[in-house]
Amino acid sequence: MGLESLYQEIILDHYKRPKNKALQDKYSVEVHHNNPSCGDEITLRVQVENQIIKQLTWDGVGCSISQASSSVMSELTQGASIEKALELEVSFLELMQGKGQVEADEQELADAVAFSGVARYPARVKCALLSWMALKDALLRAGGSK
Amino acid sequence: MPLLDTNLIRQDFPILGRTVRNGKKLVYLDNAATSQKPLVVLDAERNFYLNHNAAAHRGAHLLAEEATDAFEGARAIVADFISAQSSEIIFTKSATESINVVSYGFSNHLSKGDPFYISKDNNIVVTQLEHHANLLPWQQLAKRSGATLSWLGITADAQIDISNIDSMINDKTKIVAITHQSNVSGAITQLEPIVKRAREVGAMVLLDACQSVPHMPVDVNKLNVDFLTYSGHKAVGPTGVGVLWGRSELLEKMEPMITGGSMIDHATIESATWAKAPKKFEAGVPNMAQAVGLGTALKYLTKIGMDKIQSHEEILVAKALTGLQDISGVEIIGSKSLLNRGSAISFTLEGVHPHDVGQVLDDYGIAVRTGHHCAWPLMQELKLNATTRASFYLYNTPEEVDIFLNGVREVKKFFKV
Repeated sequence: MGLESLYQEIILDHYKRPKNKALQDKYSVEVHHNNPSCGDEITLRVQVENQIIKQLTWDGVGCSISQASSSVMSELTQGASIEKALELEVSFLELMQGKGQVEADEQELADAVAFSGVARYPARVKCALLSWMALKDALLRAGGSK
Repeated sequence: MPLLDTNLIRQDFPILGRTVRNGKKLVYLDNAATSQKPLVVLDAERNFYLNHNAAAHRGAHLLAEEATDAFEGARAIVADFISAQSSEIIFTKSATESINVVSYGFSNHLSKGDPFYISKDNNIVVTQLEHHANLLPWQQLAKRSGATLSWLGITADAQIDISNIDSMINDKTKIVAITHQSNVSGAITQLEPIVKRAREVGAMVLLDACQSVPHMPVDVNKLNVDFLTYSGHKAVGPTGVGVLWGRSELLEKMEPMITGGSMIDHATIESATWAKAPKKFEAGVPNMAQAVGLGTALKYLTKIGMDKIQSHEEILVAKALTGLQDISGVEIIGSKSLLNRGSAISFTLEGVHPHDVGQVLDDYGIAVRTGHHCAWPLMQELKLNATTRASFYLYNTPEEVDIFLNGVREVKKFFKV
């Protein structure tokens, strides 16, 4: 298990060509999160209508893992219900905290499965989680419940 | 001067012989964060606990005497190492604590004639190059006292800009808190003009020597500063012990930040008077084993020779600087020559985030630091979020510099930049 398991092609693709990385003008909630230990930052804007994520965009700086994770998260949650997006967040969190022992559900997590290798590098888990923590915060503020 | 005999030195540091990821040999280049420890230091701590452990300065028994001798013996070594007096050496838990001790020595509740009296009419001067440890205590003192916090900027070479010290350090300045050597750019501060200006206006000078004392000969008499601090663990000593040196006439007047056992001259239920320094600043049973370990560490460094260690590092740094500049996309932060620079080299690699640089290097067994290095104001000035930092010490070898440079080339290959 080497670098290739950490930096899967999908991750490097999303890093080089991030999706939804341009903040929209119209939004219900904006949140800003950072990792004080490393300096990575994300700003997230979410437009919610009838408990559905109509549009989600982000901007940020950070390593390939944090940037690719933001990109994948933005794709997965676009158009999802708040409830569904929060479920995804729980699954992704479980995967990241599983120390490499948790089997990822490809059906549910799609491209986010590529981050399975990150769980074996404890110092990088926070990079992958940054955008998802921002998402959770934004959705709870937008009216979701835990 | 030639390189040190690293084959011999490395035998003293068993950890350097271990393998890391994928069975790769460890190449430890994170010395600015913490150094590795030689066996003699571990043995000294163990020996203290095995044979002499008791509370120093307390008790009428033999062990208490021996513990006191060991602790005070360590103080004498620490003093000697920077040509100071034992009574001017205070053991703290870290350099961070040392700086806090001094910052809390200042107060606007003192009488106006007190050298540590500070008020809204004063200013405190720091620099943009400081580690948070030598910034936040002053920032907070400014908040508490109403004093103004001002700072010296940096030059294009990431050195402290001294062009405007005459206006920045003025008759309102109470203290100038400044790094001796940057933990990010490796810049060595040109102290003389700063100290001279501080003397002219009667301001104190505190020197953060965390990155200098472990790497070069330092003599407090030549520096002519008022306070100097460093941490033991960056100087092949144990964690949990820091040093604060201060001029005796100032220590005599400075109020203690921490009060409690063993630091009093006299105490009643309602009041107390303080013991003389250094005891005044060492409340509680001290970190004896760590102090003994640090004493042994400094003896170890002295035996090798601080001037030789400095020369050894210069050879490694010169090699690394040259090698890095040969790699396209690498940008070195600060001086690209040995002039006024120490062993920490920070750099960026175009198209690859420092954390990813560090991750690939780690895969080759190379331990570097990535991130903001607890120097956000400097990062903000440089318009960077993070850098990769390699920092060298007495046990590093030219071969390791080659492995590191090759590692950086591998990073480029891996990320196709």
